[in-house]
This record gives sequence, structure tokens and C-alpha cells, in this order.
Amino acid sequence: MKKQAIEFSVNGKLVSLEEKPGEMLSDLLRYRLGLTGTKIGCNEAECGSCTVLIDGEPVLSCSYPAAKVRGSSVVTVEGLAAQYAGDAIPAGNGHATGNGHSVGNGHSVGNGHAAGVIPPDLSVAATHLHPLQDAFVKYGAVQCGFCIPGQLMTSYALLKRNPDPTDDEIKYALKDTLCRCAGYPTIIKAIHAAATAVRTGLPVEPPSDIPNSAIPHKAVGTIRSRMDGVAKVTGSARYTDDLTFDGMLHARVKRAMVPSAIVKSLDVGRARKLPGVIAVLTAEDIPGKHDHGVVYTDWPVLVGVGEKIRTVGDPVAIIAAESREVATEALGLIDVQFELLPVVSDPVQAARADAPAIHQGGNLLKHIKVRKGDMDAGFAQADVIVEHTFYTPMHDHAFLEPECSIARLTEEGRVEVYVGSQIPYEDRTQVADALGIPETQVRILGQLVGGGFGGKEDIAGQIHAALLAWVTKRPVKLLFDRNESLLVHPKRHATQIKIKAGAKKDGKLVAFETELYGDTGAYASLGDKVMTRATTHSSGPYEVPNVKADCYAMYTNNPPAGAFRGFGVVQSAFAVESAMDMLAEKLHMDPIVLRRINALREGSITNTGQLLSSSVGLLECIEKLESEMVRLSGPKPFEAKRVPGSPQLVTAWGIAAAYKNTGLGGGAPDKAAAEIELYADGTVEVRSSSAELGQGLPTVLQLIAAEELAISPDSVRVLLSDTDLTPDGGPTTASRQTYVTGNAVRQTTAAFREMMTDLLAGRHGAEKETVRWEDGRILVNGATITLAEAAAELTSAGKSLRLTTVYNAPETKPLGEGGDMHFGFSFAAQGVEVEVNTETGEVRVLRLVSATDVGAAINPLGLRGQIEGGAMMGVGHALSENFMVEEGRVVTDRLSRYRMAPITMTPEIIPIVVEHGVPTGPYGGKGVGEIVTIPTAPAVTNALYNAVGVRLDRIPVDQELVLKKIREQAKVPAAAR
Amino acid sequence: MSLWSNYILAQSLEEAIGALGERPGQACPVAGGTDLLLELQQGHHAPVHTLVDVTRIPELAKLEVRGDHLFIGASVPVREITNSPLVLEHAMAVSEAAGLIGGPQVRNTATLGGNVAHALPAADGMIGLIALGAQVDIASAAGTRSEPMLKLFLGPGKSALQADREVLVGFRVPLRRPGQASAFSRVMRPQGVALPILNAAVWIEREGDTITGCRIAVGPSGPVPVRATAIEELVIGRELDEDLLDRMREAIPDAFRFRSSAQRAGADYRYQLCEVLLKEVIKTAWQRAEMVKVS
Repeated sequence: MKKQAIEFSVNGKLVSLEEKPGEMLSDLLRYRLGLTGTKIGCNEAECGSCTVLIDGEPVLSCSYPAAKVRGSSVVTVEGLAAQYAGDAIPAGNGHATGNGHSVGNGHSVGNGHAAGVIPPDLSVAATHLHPLQDAFVKYGAVQCGFCIPGQLMTSYALLKRNPDPTDDEIKYALKDTLCRCAGYPTIIKAIHAAATAVRTGLPVEPPSDIPNSAIPHKAVGTIRSRMDGVAKVTGSARYTDDLTFDGMLHARVKRAMVPSAIVKSLDVGRARKLPGVIAVLTAEDIPGKHDHGVVYTDWPVLVGVGEKIRTVGDPVAIIAAESREVATEALGLIDVQFELLPVVSDPVQAARADAPAIHQGGNLLKHIKVRKGDMDAGFAQADVIVEHTFYTPMHDHAFLEPECSIARLTEEGRVEVYVGSQIPYEDRTQVADALGIPETQVRILGQLVGGGFGGKEDIAGQIHAALLAWVTKRPVKLLFDRNESLLVHPKRHATQIKIKAGAKKDGKLVAFETELYGDTGAYASLGDKVMTRATTHSSGPYEVPNVKADCYAMYTNNPPAGAFRGFGVVQSAFAVESAMDMLAEKLHMDPIVLRRINALREGSITNTGQLLSSSVGLLECIEKLESEMVRLSGPKPFEAKRVPGSPQLVTAWGIAAAYKNTGLGGGAPDKAAAEIELYADGTVEVRSSSAELGQGLPTVLQLIAAEELAISPDSVRVLLSDTDLTPDGGPTTASRQTYVTGNAVRQTTAAFREMMTDLLAGRHGAEKETVRWEDGRILVNGATITLAEAAAELTSAGKSLRLTTVYNAPETKPLGEGGDMHFGFSFAAQGVEVEVNTETGEVRVLRLVSATDVGAAINPLGLRGQIEGGAMMGVGHALSENFMVEEGRVVTDRLSRYRMAPITMTPEIIPIVVEHGVPTGPYGGKGVGEIVTIPTAPAVTNALYNAVGVRLDRIPVDQELVLKKIREQAKVPAAAR
Repeated sequence: MSLWSNYILAQSLEEAIGALGERPGQACPVAGGTDLLLELQQGHHAPVHTLVDVTRIPELAKLEVRGDHLFIGASVPVREITNSPLVLEHAMAVSEAAGLIGGPQVRNTATLGGNVAHALPAADGMIGLIALGAQVDIASAAGTRSEPMLKLFLGPGKSALQADREVLVGFRVPLRRPGQASAFSRVMRPQGVALPILNAAVWIEREGDTITGCRIAVGPSGPVPVRATAIEELVIGRELDEDLLDRMREAIPDAFRFRSSAQRAGADYRYQLCEVLLKEVIKTAWQRAEMVKVS
């Protein structure tokens, strides 16, 4: 039976498409109309990224049958700007539907071909922006950008109904439009600014509450909108899944779905015979190395017959087919038989002598030790001792863009992989190794990354897509669905951390002993490094004379654990900062005072024996935090207060402090290369393979290059993440890019400037010391030379217009050798005000002050996003996030079960930037990406204790347990407590 | 294999019932689809041959006063129900519940018909409708019948509706008279699936300071929703004072059979929350019953 066509209007144009069984609107928009501005983050109606307007109302297009849109009017982010033009038309004419454009005028619309570009009659050129789009860019509400189309469409619908919404109304409307970069406070401000602009007809006012860096520079430290902002708000920004190639195949991966087993047999015959299936590959088909891995190569590309399954996400076969539907159907035709093995489900169990060995070398990935002073002598001096064990769960990055890789062969036979990756050069090595070809034959083209947070450092689909492209000679797209993303990529390590901490009556810490167990799951990933960081940071940002820390990073049959913002320090900070408040109570001492007494400062020696000679802004962070809390809530912020009119509600503040290294450290060579090219028109481009995950690195590099050349940032472009076109910037991890690649760009640009200065001085008969670079010009011996003219002079002198240098960060020492284990640390102190409902146990965060020493605020707009988003991630860790695995099987295998903090959980966030520059950093800059997430969870649980006297030793906060403990206390007379 | 082969946008009840009849056992009605489509996508529901979309059937999209009751069409999006002046006046608990279902985008497509047909024991809208004493209209080839809400539930996720031949048409809520009012509230937890740990709806009628009628629904309080008749009887003829609130609290253990559910809530916690929620909703309804005049 021939189906009736679906006729509807999109962005004001009528379209008519053949109805496809089972098709959702998001797929139709993205894959048949090329309107890829609409994103699919979860495909389970949880995240809101796919929001479009249907007849003026926001709906989730990922669970809206395409056939149902018949006769309706759809507006996508691509049509938003035109809506504003429409809005300006007198009332009653707002929606431009049915203007007579017909369908199929030369486009392959509706013929089922995936290989389509955007039909130009459906996309709207970004000649102007809707005020919401403008405001999102100006306020820095755009970070990774993946959720932004959904944010904009939901906000647009809100403003249509309510031209002047309150904060609460905005939160209500955006409740289910998630942003993992979590720039919620900025999103709210941007919506207010846009609403004002729409009401008044005036341009969007720029933000007024984001200060420039206190350290004056021309470009560095000033407010600058992101270069990719406009593309991200108009929907033209392309992420990997937005790309399509002619003849492209779609891949799926057959995963074990049992946590521990031997593969007894594997039959892919039926799958291979399914029409539309082009290739099914198993371990036998891997031409190169069978294992991959970032630090240790212990992770099978595919598990073959007779080999071991170590976690549910282990792949046994990969399929390439003409469509995703066919590939999915073929998954079900693969017959795999397992001999099930016992499951090791937690790291303490894994450490037992009788635990089954997951890898040949046993279950211990690494025993990490920190030793300083004499523990017996230390505890002998202690007047009070706190001993307690704390637990933190696995966390998922839950970046809204699921992993996607597209691989294809070039005409020359090289392999190209398009992927949003945190480490393009590492991907190149691993893909080449698996294919058994030289690295020169592989090119990684890094795409926009829709959030990473550490979760896109490992191989996801890169190798599988490349293998399938290698065999089929056709482009292959491998897109993870959310379920697969949750099962496969490495998580934050779950930990058990036992602390014994001793202090003298005056508050001085004398000894800190910790024992950590970290669950690194089935494969090492970055587990060794992560748990090393957890261990070295396990006596907190304090100077302690006697320290002993032992960490056991253990393999289990859980999904692997690896890098995640905070990199082990989130876990140890929860334990340490809880213990610090417990100590303060035993000492009858204010928690601020206890931290101030012990805080690392210039001249302190860390627990690894590093002398901190400069850039230690922790005391200033603590002091500024204290005065802000006092300003907000009076002189006793830690005292519980009842909420007037609601006696069941109690509020109190709690604090926590933290530090976090910048850079790899521990003796690992840390370097980045950067290239600069001057173009004939006087503009420059700087290049490095470092990745932009939304954190704002391009702006950092742009501002640095502009500063060094004394030119406008407008004249600077930034190219990242292409292994053919950009030199290696190293991994985007360890809060290192501002420092390492920032320094690389600064060094390269300065060297280029010097070279030009020399040349121009020589050609114009000037001493080079007299040459001045000012306001986009070079002043030489009375002449004023533009950069375009300078480019011409360089060319005529036969000089290259390009220069690459490699920046080597200061050497560091391995753990155990003393000396500088890291070249810099960032510091933070956060205060959190919570409200506890003593009848239900519910806990809300009302206000959050984050004082953060970032060295220098190089990119203040991006910095704001990092501080707010990092703290919000911390709020999520404290209150909602809990990645659950039972006997190796993932319970939280959908986004509906793994909940990140939504906008409704957003407190008022008050950022305080402290700038204790590190001398070797670019303009003093050091890292910020991780430090902002670390203190939040313990600040929340400390506040909870201050409010109702309930000490939780595990996160997230379990309101049921809170209520139980409140009720238990009520049975005990206060005097007896 | 696609999740469905045929998607029919039925224009009338006859067409919908006819379409269901054409594919016995292989067709099922869909409205907003916010539950059903996810179940299909995630493999918790076998692919169906024909989905019969009922959202364009005029009768199901009506929200209007008919004689002595308010008719809420089964396919009216819950956003409209939340904001409807008629619902706010006659069925406040349903408006409050509807405003909490899913998120804003989901509320633009989700319907009360789906909320009830899905037969989850703690669906917010359903709990509100039960407290309001709603009747439900069901159409089939044999004609339309009207049933009390509670008759619709066989077990968790199991509805008495015969999805392959019946269509839920709408709900009849008695019009509010002077002295009557309702209220809804719930407690969530921030982790895990966004279903209420406990929700509660109350309808009361008062004459002066005496409660003359009461309906209480709390979910999830068993495999199927039930009314707390023991507590309802307790409050009738009484004034809402501290003593009555105490007696209500004392009656909770006998009136409900809460269960522990993994990763969600222990039974003890539900009993504790029940005390809080019941007190909150009955106090709100009591105040509303006094304050609000029927126009």
C-alpha cells in the first residue's frame, strides 16, 4: 500500500515527504531534510536537545512520530532568526506558514537518500539573529553548544507566552532542557536580556556583571564572545553525526551484555546474509593490534572466541549496513554463546586473595603510595583524631552529544576519522595500530565536541568505524545511542576512602592517614593516573607534616573508569573535607578557622614533598568566601536557621576547600606545539590539535595571539584538532590547555613577532629594539606598517609566513622522588547554603559562593561558564548523580535513570575570581576546568550537617536516610548527643 | 524492523475503532505517546503494526462543561489542562497534578488519557482524577460506556482497557459546588526515574466547619490505586483541627499498604511522607473550600 505523503511546513516552507514506518520527527528533520540544528542527545525524551516548535509549542522531536506532524507548522533552530523578523510584523501575522513554496525544487528531499546537504530553501541564512540567539552568544550561555538549539526553542516558546518571565518561570519552562556544561545561571540572564530586547526593540544589552581580569592587558583578560557562538545558536554548527558522506554505511556494535564470561562461540553468518548488511567483522578480522588503551593497552578492540569478556560493553562483532535500521536488525541475528564466569563487582572484593583474576596479572592495577614524615610521631602529638570511611559512586559524564565516529578512505587510500575527541593524536596512534598501518596513513579530523569532561579521551567508536571503512571501502558512521554511551565509556572511579586525621588543640593538623580503594572497572583507561591524583590529594589543600596514603586501584567487572573532571580529586576531597568539618567540631573550632590555619600557602611543602614557592591563592579564596557568606547571611553562616513561615525548613551554610594540579605532572613530559600563519590580508591563524569541549580554549588562544601581536582578536582565527593541519597540542585533560597550549601559542606568536621585528628592522634600517607593535600596526623607523604589508615584506624576503614551535612545560618529578610533582595548582573555597525539609528529608541548594584562584582570568566569559558549570556539576554529584551497577550490570542505563542537575536545581551562584598568577603560566594563567567541581559535594554535605546534624559519608544525598537520621536524633535528648 | 508500520491519524472515533478492529491484536491507540513510544523505542513493547493516533478526534480534544460535570477529553494535552480556567475552578487537584507531569515539552503532547491508560499506580493525573470522583468514558464498537476510575486498574501497568478494541474518550468530573475543593501534592527524589515516591490528592466538601464529604487517593499504595476509605470516614462530620490531623496520622498504617521499592523508597519512608502529604493536601483543600466562591 502506497503511503500518503506527509505534508507540513518547516520554518515557513511547505514540504511533502514520503511517510516512513517508525520514523520520528527528529530523524526526518535531521537525516531527510538536513536540518541538523535539531540535536538528538538521548532519544528517550529526557534531555530536551531535540526540542522544536510544533504549531508554536515546544515538543520533543525524538519521540514525536513524523507522521503526526501532518498539517502542522514546525519551527527549528534554523528558522528562529526568521521568526524574529516575523515577530516584528504586527500581531496576528507571527507565523510565516504556507507561503506557497513547493517541495522538491531540485533537492533530493524525500527520496530516502541520506547523502543530502541542507536544502537551502529550508535553512535560514544567519544574516540576523533572534535576540535570544544574540544574548546566548553575548552572555556566554553557549559552551559546547549541543543543547543550545533546545534551550533556544524552549526559551522562544516561553517568551511568546510570557514576554517578561521571572527566574522561576524560566526554570519551570526549561526544567527538562538539560545543559551538561550547566551554564544555567548565564542561560537565565541571557533569556532576561533577550526578553528585554524583544519588549523594547533595542539591541541586547551585554552582560554587566562579569569583570575583566584585574591584571590589565589589551586583549587577554577581556570579555570576548566565542568564535563558534553564532554557528551554535543558528544550528549551522556541525557535530560528527551532522555529517553525511555519499555512500555512507551505518555501523552498530554487538556487545556482550554479560559482565564476565568466556566467548564459547560466535556465529555471524545469519547477520552477514541479511540484505543491506555489507560487513560483519569479528576479532579475526583485525589486521593490527588486538588491544587498545590510552595508557595501558589492555582493552580488546573485539573479543574473540575463547577470549574473555570483562564488562557488559565488551564488543564481539561490528556491523556495517546500508541503514542504521538494518544494522540494528543484524545485531539480533548474531549468535554468541558464553561460559559465564564469577563477577567481581567492587574494588575491595577485587583485592581479596580469593577473588577471580580479571586480567592475567591479577586485579591490582596499581598500588599508589604517598609518604611524608613519621605517622606514629604525628598521631602521638594529636589531641583529637577523626577516623571515618567515606564512599563515592561512579559518575557518568553524560555529555549531551553521544559518541560518534565517521571513518572513510581517501582516494589515496588514507584513513580519515571524523570524531569529537579530546586527544586527536592519541586516536591517530590507536587507529593506526589496530589497522596495522603507519600513523602517516591516518588523519583524525576533530569535530565540534558536544561535551567531554574527560569522557572522550578513550577510544569509543574510532577504531570500529575505521575497521569497517577499511574493509568496505565506504564511509562508515558509528553513532552510539545513549544506552551504549552509558554502558561503554569510562566513568568516574567509585571509591572507598578511609581517613584517620589528627590535629592539635590549636587546630594544627599533625597527621593524615588514608587508605583508598578505587574501582577502575574492566580496563585501565587512565585509572592509574586518576587514582594517583586521588592519593596525592588525599590530605587536602593543607600542609600536614606526617602523611601516609595507600591507594589500591583495582580491576573489577564493572564498566571501566577513567578521566572525569576532577580526576580522582573529587573523590578524595569529599572524604577530606568531610573529615575536616568533623575535626573542627571535635576541636570546637570554626571550620573556616581550621582550614585557614592549615591551608597551603607560599612556602608550604605538600604531602609529596613539593615546595610551593608562588601562586598559592587558597588563603585569599577562604577569606573572600568568608566575607561573602557573612555579607549574605550574617556573622554565623554555619548556624542552622529556621525559615520564617515554614518551620519544617532549616537552612545553613557549609564550606569546603580544594586544590588541583594543572598539567600532567608526575614526571610525564608535558608539551604542546602551536603553529601561527600570517595571511596576506594581515589576519593570522593559530593552530594546535588541542580540543575544544566547550570550555573556551579557542578564545583563550585567540586572546593570547592578539595580545602578543598587539592586534585585534578579530584578526585571529584558531584551528584545532586536525592531525594533518595542526601540530600536537597533547591531550585535553588535567586542566592543562590554558597553561600548556596557551604557552605554546604565546611562545610561537612571540617568536614570530621577533622574527618579523628582526626582518623589518633590517629592511627599514632600524635598531630592532626601536620597533614597536601597537594597535595592529608595526612602527619601524617612522614608518607605520600594517600586518598585511608586513606579510608582503616577509614574502618578498623569501621568508615563511608560518612558524611552529614546541612548548615544553617545566619538568616535573615522579611521585616518591620529592620535588615538583606539578608545575602549578589551582585552588578553591566554596560555600553552599542548603535548605533541608525536616519532614521529608529533601535537600535543596539555595546559594553557592565559589572563590577560585585561577592564576589569571584570561578569558573571563569562558571562565564564568567554567565556574558556574563546574559548581553545578558538583551540585549534581551531591544531590542527584549516581551511576549504579549491580553485579556488573548497569542499572542506570538510560538518561532517565542517571540524572544530572537540571536548571530547577540551580542555586544562586556567586563567583569570586582570585588571581595569584603562576610565573611560568601564560600571563599567570593556570587551570580552571576541574577545580570548580571538586569542593561542591562536601560543601553540600557539610552544610547539611550544619543544618540538621546529619553527617552523610556517601553521595549523593539520600533524602530518605536524612529523614531517618533526623528522626533518630529527635528520639535522643539533645544533652545526650 | 520498524517500531510500527502504519500510523493512522484518526479523524473520528468510528475511524479509530474501525482501524483497531482491522488489525485485531496488532493495533493500539496512541495519544501523546510519551510512554508508549518510549517503550517501543527501548524494546519494552513489541513493535505494533498500526498505531491509531487519537489526538485529532474532535470529541477527545474537548474540554467543556456538560450539564453537571466537566468533560476532559482524553487527548487534551496536559499543559492545557494545567492552565484551563475550567479545570482550575472545578478540578484544582487535576490541574496541580497535570502541571507536574513530565516537563514542559512532554506536557505539550502528554494526555490524561495516556496517563490513565498506562495504569501506573502513582500517575499524578490519575491520582488527582480519583480524588475528584471522576468517571471515565470508553468507546468501542459496541458503543460508549462510563465507568468509575478505579474500575480501570488491574495491576501495575495493567489496564482494564482493551487496547486493541477500546478507546478512552474522556473523563467526567462532577462540577464543584460551594464548600468543595481539592488539592494535590507529591514528593520526588532527585535521583533515578522521575516518578513520585509518593503523591496524594484530596477532595473535600465542608459546611461551615464540618467536613461533609471527602475522597483521598495516594499513590503508589498498592498494585492498583485505591481510595483511603477508612480515613475518609474518619474525617466526615469533623472539623479539620490538630486532633483530627493526629487521628488521620494514626490511621495511616491501617489505611495504606506501602511497599519498599529498590532504589526508590522504603515502605517506612513512604508512611512518613504520607503523613506529611496528607496533612498538606487536606489543609490546602480545607482552606480552599472556605475561601473559594463558585461563580
